[in-house]
Amino acid sequence: MSSTPSVSTLPPRRGYFAAIATLRRHVPLSVGLGLLWLLLMVLIAIFAPLIMPYNITAMDLSSRLAAPGHPSHWLGTDELGRDVLSRLLQSIRVSLVIAFGATIISAVFGTTLGFAAAKFRGAVEHLVLVLADFQAALPFLIMSLAVLAFFGSSMLLLVCLMGFYGWERYARIARGLAISASSQGYAAAVVQLGATPMRVYVRHILPNVASTLIVSMTLTFPEIILMESGLSFLGLGVQPPESSLGNMVGFGREYLTTAPWIMLAPAFVIMVTTLSISLAGDWLRDKLDPTVR
Amino acid sequence: MFVFFLTRLLRAAVTILAVVTFAFVVLRMSGDPAQVLLGPDVPQEAVDAFRKRWGLDQPLWIQYFAYIQSMLSGDFGVSMRDRSPAIELVMQRVPATLQLTIPALILKLVIGIPAGVYAALHRHSFADRGVILLAILGFTIPSFVMGLLLVLIFSVTLGLLPSGGQDTWMHGILPTITMSIGGIGILARFSRSAMIEVLGQPYVRTASAKGVTWPDVVWRHALPNASVPIVTIVGFMVGSLIAGAVVVESIFSWPGIGRLLVVSVGNRDLAVVQCILLVIAVTMVVSNLIVDLLYGWLDPRLRAQTAH
Amino acid sequence: MTAPILEATNLVRVYPGRRRLIGKAAPVRAVAGVTLRVMPGEVLGIVGESGSGKSTLGRMLLGIDPADGGEVRFDGNPMPRLGTSEWRALRARMQLVYQDPLAALDRRLTIARQIGEPLEIHNIVPREHQQARIDELMDAVGLRKDQGDRYPHELSGGQRQRVVIARALASRPKLLVCDEPVSALDVSIQAQVVNMLRDLQERNRIAMVFISHDLKVVRNIADRVAVMYLGRIVEEASSDVVFKAPQHPYTKALVSSVPVPGKTLEGRMILQGEPPNPANPPSGCVFHPRCPFAFDLCRTTVPTLRHTGPDRTAACHLVPGDAEPVAA
Repeated sequence: MSSTPSVSTLPPRRGYFAAIATLRRHVPLSVGLGLLWLLLMVLIAIFAPLIMPYNITAMDLSSRLAAPGHPSHWLGTDELGRDVLSRLLQSIRVSLVIAFGATIISAVFGTTLGFAAAKFRGAVEHLVLVLADFQAALPFLIMSLAVLAFFGSSMLLLVCLMGFYGWERYARIARGLAISASSQGYAAAVVQLGATPMRVYVRHILPNVASTLIVSMTLTFPEIILMESGLSFLGLGVQPPESSLGNMVGFGREYLTTAPWIMLAPAFVIMVTTLSISLAGDWLRDKLDPTVR
Repeated sequence: MFVFFLTRLLRAAVTILAVVTFAFVVLRMSGDPAQVLLGPDVPQEAVDAFRKRWGLDQPLWIQYFAYIQSMLSGDFGVSMRDRSPAIELVMQRVPATLQLTIPALILKLVIGIPAGVYAALHRHSFADRGVILLAILGFTIPSFVMGLLLVLIFSVTLGLLPSGGQDTWMHGILPTITMSIGGIGILARFSRSAMIEVLGQPYVRTASAKGVTWPDVVWRHALPNASVPIVTIVGFMVGSLIAGAVVVESIFSWPGIGRLLVVSVGNRDLAVVQCILLVIAVTMVVSNLIVDLLYGWLDPRLRAQTAH
Repeated sequence: MTAPILEATNLVRVYPGRRRLIGKAAPVRAVAGVTLRVMPGEVLGIVGESGSGKSTLGRMLLGIDPADGGEVRFDGNPMPRLGTSEWRALRARMQLVYQDPLAALDRRLTIARQIGEPLEIHNIVPREHQQARIDELMDAVGLRKDQGDRYPHELSGGQRQRVVIARALASRPKLLVCDEPVSALDVSIQAQVVNMLRDLQERNRIAMVFISHDLKVVRNIADRVAVMYLGRIVEEASSDVVFKAPQHPYTKALVSSVPVPGKTLEGRMILQGEPPNPANPPSGCVFHPRCPFAFDLCRTTVPTLRHTGPDRTAACHLVPGDAEPVAA
């Protein structure tokens, strides 16, 4: 506990700079930069509509395929003269919203299944096992490909589909922790007080496993971003006119030789974002919960 | 051991059945293949005839059982596009995919594992940090970005290598590299942490304390024990030899299973898609099964447990 | 005569043994036919070595472990099945105090919230009066009001056990089962907690089953004592009688192992060997391999629990008593 950065222990006068110094001592530089980048991404995701210089579909036919550095289009334009910067900001928003929604769904779904397996054992446990086997047997990309291609892609379906990614990790953790908690210790004690199973799981076991689950979310989140951008790259994820990081790369690919910036800008954002989450997640994992791989 | 083997076999069978059912349900429920294949302007009689021809007029569950039955007898359906057996179409593409994935797997193994082990043995050194950073970079860069970057550098800018197609061995270089980079990163990081954990174990410290030479400690004590977790990851990689190439094959227009899948999905060629899903699932399940058995062989503790 | 608050008849609990490669699993009879009753406001001590089945018995008395044979009646009614809403409702009237208070507390909730939890669960006190009841409980177990915002790991072992006791008393139960409540505490703290338990028990007229391996502790608190050996009660009598004039050789050995100040160690009866494997108990009297007085009959015939005097029972061939066994 003592190693986590704590601003409250600082003498009040030196406040601001001392806080930075303390952070520097406790957070490695790479992790710090990663966290800053993620903060930037979150701010962009929230304020994208306010800071976008152009509408993402607004075409400027007079300056098509303009190179970055153009006075009115900092990151250049695409083949239809649409502003790459605006499209990039919107794409960040879309990709992050999808990944965030899917991560939540996956965590809720997996945790619920894990708790159910711990509570009812027997048949439920076997069912969860079969589901996990199924997921292991069919690579997620392949499964999503089949589902999206045949049902057609919509934002809602995409989020739900991505929400099935990584659930088995939460299920495994939640089941293991719930079983060990209810066979002995506080959960058994609360059962003995006469609490309903619902109360035991929601009020007691869930808060106790939350930190482990949150840490696993940092593993799932970047993987979902990659998965979504991969699908969008193949043309099966987010559909035009909406834009995501993956589908920007996918469409930018056509102009790889003549206008590489269309593809490079979103590719760079994907790389740095997943890298940042991985670095920050690793660090968080070491700090909070060394038991999760 | 026999009971253990039997349970695993049963689980594998259930999994494959689940995949078949999934494929069937998703593909049949999602839309009318007759409409898609024949187009909107075709007269109703032609649509009906098409449905009858392919058994699409039967209730869904009859179609399902007919499908399972025919598969058990080795009949995997006929491609609705070119009227040839789906399994043949799929199998024709397997060699092309393996031409990419096997060299990529070899690259992952011969670069990833030694790099990870080296980093673990020289912990906190400059090389260790370098390996970690490269490894993280390796698996956080999506393969489509990596592939396009390589094309941009080696084909577009330098003009050294071809950017697509399957004509010469030169065409295979970029896709193989693209495919292997993520796996190298994962393996390096995984072997590093497995090795570090083993090196901290009492038996390894005992061995070096009692005077066993360091190379002997590494080769005879540490590596065999670290290999257990590494095998899981490698098993997974073997399992995805066929499935792992979808994106890369698309980037480099490589005529393998992945491209066939993307194309067939676009055409709604049910039989072919089902067949590919099945082939992929079987490869995955079989390699998982082998990993489970290898586990027992590598880890005597597990062997003892499963004997009960 | 008043009716017993708790009545157990012929309780049996069998655990499946560990399976071997060859042969069948040997089941373990953790509790092998225990009959006992507890009167309202009475403290029954249960003593025995580890592995004698006393903790299992305690859990069976509360209906947490199901009985494989026999039955438990609380206040005249049979114990509802574990996990049913009747079972849950009954928790307000019977509670358990644990050996390890830290494990029994949720480390993410303040102790005041945990003490108040039974009130919420059983909806006993209206929400606006809950805080007052929590303060009252904390005061009763000797915790300061300001400690309510603390978390379990911020308290000492003795304070944690006070929290567990306060939580157990929140719903004003009529029966408290204490499973080794002080054995995890420092010796200096043990007496305080035991005295406090005794006070609370007397003041609220709670019946109590006090399980311990420590005779000194049991002697301080129990009105009556039952001695367990390998899943069976071998002797039961009022606390004074058991300690002054034990009848069963096992009880004698236990009693003489407690040092008494001012008395020499001569004449002490030292137990030989370890308790036998419960999966493979000896024939006849289960105590005979360790008993210095064992004779032929002990090796072949199981002694039944019989009345051996007013208000006392023992299961030994050497102790004269009624011909008839205590009603099973």
